[in-house]
Amino acid sequence: MAVEVYKNIETYKPEDVEDVTVETDILIVGGGFSGCGAAYEAAYWAKAAGLKVTLVEKAAIERSGAVAQGLSAINTYLGLSGRAQQVGDKPNTIEDYVRYVTLDMMGIAREDLVADYARHVDGTVHLFEKWGLPIWKDENGKYVREGRWQVMIHGESYKPIIAEAAKMALGEENIIERVFITHLLMDKNDPQRVAGAVGFSVREPKFYIFKAKAVILATGGATLLFRPRSTGEGMGRIWYAVFNTGSGYAMAIEAGAHTCQMEHRFIPARFKDGYGPVGAWFLLFKSVATNAYDEVYIEKKETIAEYKPYADAVPTPTPLRNHQMLVELMEGRGPILMRTEWAIKKLSEEGKDLKKLINEAWEDFLDMTVSQALLWAALNIEPEKVPSEIMTAEPYMMGSHSGCAGLWVCGPEDLMPEEYKKLFPLCYNRMTTIKGLFAVGDCSGANPHKFSSGSFTEGRIAGKEAVRYVVEQNPTPEIDEAKVQELKKKIFQPMVTYEQFKGASTREDINPNYIFPKQALWRLQKIMDEYAAGASMWYKTNEKMLKIALERLQMLKEDMEKLAARNLHELMRCWEMWHRVIVAEAHVQHMLYRQETRWPGYYYRTDYPKLDDENWKCFVVGRRNPETGEWELQKVPYIQIVDWQL
Amino acid sequence: MPSYVNPEKCDGCKALEKTACQYICPNDLMVLDKEQMKAYNQEPDMCWECYSCVKICPQGAIEMRGYVDFVPLGAQCTPMRGTDAIMWTIKFRNGKILRFKFPIRTTPWGSIQPFEGFPEPKVDDLKNNLLAGEPQILDMDKLPEVKKKA
Ligand SMILES: Cc1cc2nc3c(=O)[nH]c(=O)nc-3n(C[C@H](O)[C@H](O)[C@H](O)COP(=O)(O)OP(=O)(O)OC[C@H]3O[C@@H](n4cnc5c(N)ncnc54)[C@H](O)[C@@H]3O)c2cc1C
Ligand code: SF4
Ligand code: SF4
Repeated sequence: MAVEVYKNIETYKPEDVEDVTVETDILIVGGGFSGCGAAYEAAYWAKAAGLKVTLVEKAAIERSGAVAQGLSAINTYLGLSGRAQQVGDKPNTIEDYVRYVTLDMMGIAREDLVADYARHVDGTVHLFEKWGLPIWKDENGKYVREGRWQVMIHGESYKPIIAEAAKMALGEENIIERVFITHLLMDKNDPQRVAGAVGFSVREPKFYIFKAKAVILATGGATLLFRPRSTGEGMGRIWYAVFNTGSGYAMAIEAGAHTCQMEHRFIPARFKDGYGPVGAWFLLFKSVATNAYDEVYIEKKETIAEYKPYADAVPTPTPLRNHQMLVELMEGRGPILMRTEWAIKKLSEEGKDLKKLINEAWEDFLDMTVSQALLWAALNIEPEKVPSEIMTAEPYMMGSHSGCAGLWVCGPEDLMPEEYKKLFPLCYNRMTTIKGLFAVGDCSGANPHKFSSGSFTEGRIAGKEAVRYVVEQNPTPEIDEAKVQELKKKIFQPMVTYEQFKGASTREDINPNYIFPKQALWRLQKIMDEYAAGASMWYKTNEKMLKIALERLQMLKEDMEKLAARNLHELMRCWEMWHRVIVAEAHVQHMLYRQETRWPGYYYRTDYPKLDDENWKCFVVGRRNPETGEWELQKVPYIQIVDWQL
Repeated sequence: MPSYVNPEKCDGCKALEKTACQYICPNDLMVLDKEQMKAYNQEPDMCWECYSCVKICPQGAIEMRGYVDFVPLGAQCTPMRGTDAIMWTIKFRNGKILRFKFPIRTTPWGSIQPFEGFPEPKVDDLKNNLLAGEPQILDMDKLPEVKKKA
């Protein structure tokens, strides 16, 4: 691939860029599912307290974030009040839910946080339905279950509906779109307290300075840290939303917040190349996957026997299912096939309407991964006739799906144990270890499986708590104007660099004095893929490789001081790259620290190939010292809080 | 699959307040070439094929050409998004056509009243665990209890 040739070259000197100052009480960064949830709830309580809430988003909230194209299921709905079909012989409980999530994480999750969103999440789904989201109903009027915890939706307009609710709650005048946030601002008199954030418009030469008493990070997870399986035009067709570049993690890390479980990543196994969802196939259509020789490889329990007791969990934890698939592939029994044709045959033999089944199969893709439908059509695949390949993806960092990377956040008073409280200077639910800074959705760590509904719910929890924090603490943040101007200079530097050196070669993209963000991206992806357990290395790494990764990342960071940007769009790409590199470094540091293989199928420490409950049934909590840049890591024990049994 | 703009159909949204595709793209990819008054995708390898631009374009000018890396030519997924449903036409490489219609919303656009029926918020209630509208929106009379491990 080559670097873009932009038709619109338009650079600005920092001194020619207008400053726009926005003063607010609560600033929400990112208007995806968790950001919209935070906006909704904060708006409600802010009214009582007379506070101002502002949301800033790099895109347009109508279609921003991971749910841009829609979804076909709500993956987190407990159904405690009986609105949904019952799966299994007993009604769902919060305790069963926490058990399921903890076991899917191979025994470690922040149960206080998981139980907390779980007790609120049904209300969120009821609101969605009231607002107009079509949820599938059966003949008794019950929500149709996809699996035990999921319900099916006609979700093409899921995001526009949720965005409408956020806009109505907050008022459009309090939503600022197309502004990319690059850094947090800390209080001049208390460096452990947040005071706002800065960023720039990607539409006009404007530098935004937000002064806020509380900030909620809702920027999603991080993509493209690793070389993706498609590296040409298809680089953007990764499974996870390519728009999320780890901003929240990176800005919090730079501010000195504590990270947790940043060694964790999510590797979804999805339909090959198009990354279409498999959930409906496995759960709703009861399909199986086989190797090339028709063997249902998940039945080979011996491949995961060494990972007991987690291997015995029902359902088998997601990483172990990946592991079983990888064993087949590595031993040469690929491709792995989703037996769509068997599933449809069986269901129609059981009396299900064939036409309806085919309809549902296509809707599943068209509601959330249209390109998979396009790929089927391009390959002349009719799912009722032929199987389709599935494959494990490149790694993603995220805290809301079957991934738990994120920031170390405070839990609710009634559920958080003393042991977890230690690092927090103040206790407000979902607050990080920086005063006034909250993290939600993919940004908040160790409480996975939130998905769309749980992320919105976690946003709501933090939205209310941010209001309480402002009311009770009444902080009076002050920002250092000189530092802000320094940041502005730094943020626009890539444009200055480009103008200074652009004549040094006859090809714009090959220049000894600068690199473009796309070029830095290629370098990052190669480092991470080859040294930090990427897909091409079958997700394997060891201490020596990780140390090389750190060295190369350091050099990449030095070279990125010479990033060049030709327009505001490319300037955003430069800062997305900075965020990615900081997250990549955190990932490697955390992986280096955890000396075991906790999540086979997500990654393997080949120098510590065993799962080691005795030493590592704990969270890894890290912090990058903002003064020295050094990482300090520590163990925090996992504590079972909720009453469940193995 | 990177979106592309059919120059014969795109009118640059000249009659509208904003360029629709440029307004909506979650990855800031669509740009209007002001001289030609035609839009284009400025960074096709960062396109998630989310179809947001395709669905919003008032002229039906945006289509997808499957990524050359892995999508054989000739297929098409074409949406027509109405106010309560979306229709899809799927064209296979071999010419087969499938058509689908799915609901997208059960209430009119713009009708959401976010806190309808909720009590006025009180500062005193900031201290409890109940979120806006709870416990009623949970269909419960109180927040469900979490059984703690003894
Ligand atoms: C392919 C896929 C399929 C999924 N399927 C399902 C499903 O079927 N059911 C389900 O319930 N869940 C599903 N999920 C999960 C669900 O989408 C996520 O859990 C949820 O969107 C997480 O919410 P979030 O707010 O953390 O992130 P997002 O919703 O992605 O929002 C992040 C927001 O932050 C903005 N942003 C990022 N950086 C910046 C910055 N620097 N400055 C300003 N703004 C910024 C982004 O533009 C975006 O709007 C799926 C996710 C994916 C990717
Ligand atoms: S939305 Fe359609 S008509 Fe408008 S500028 Fe984009 S491609 Fe052209
Ligand atoms: S398909 Fe989505 S990501 Fe691609 S250009 Fe259109 S709106 Fe942007």
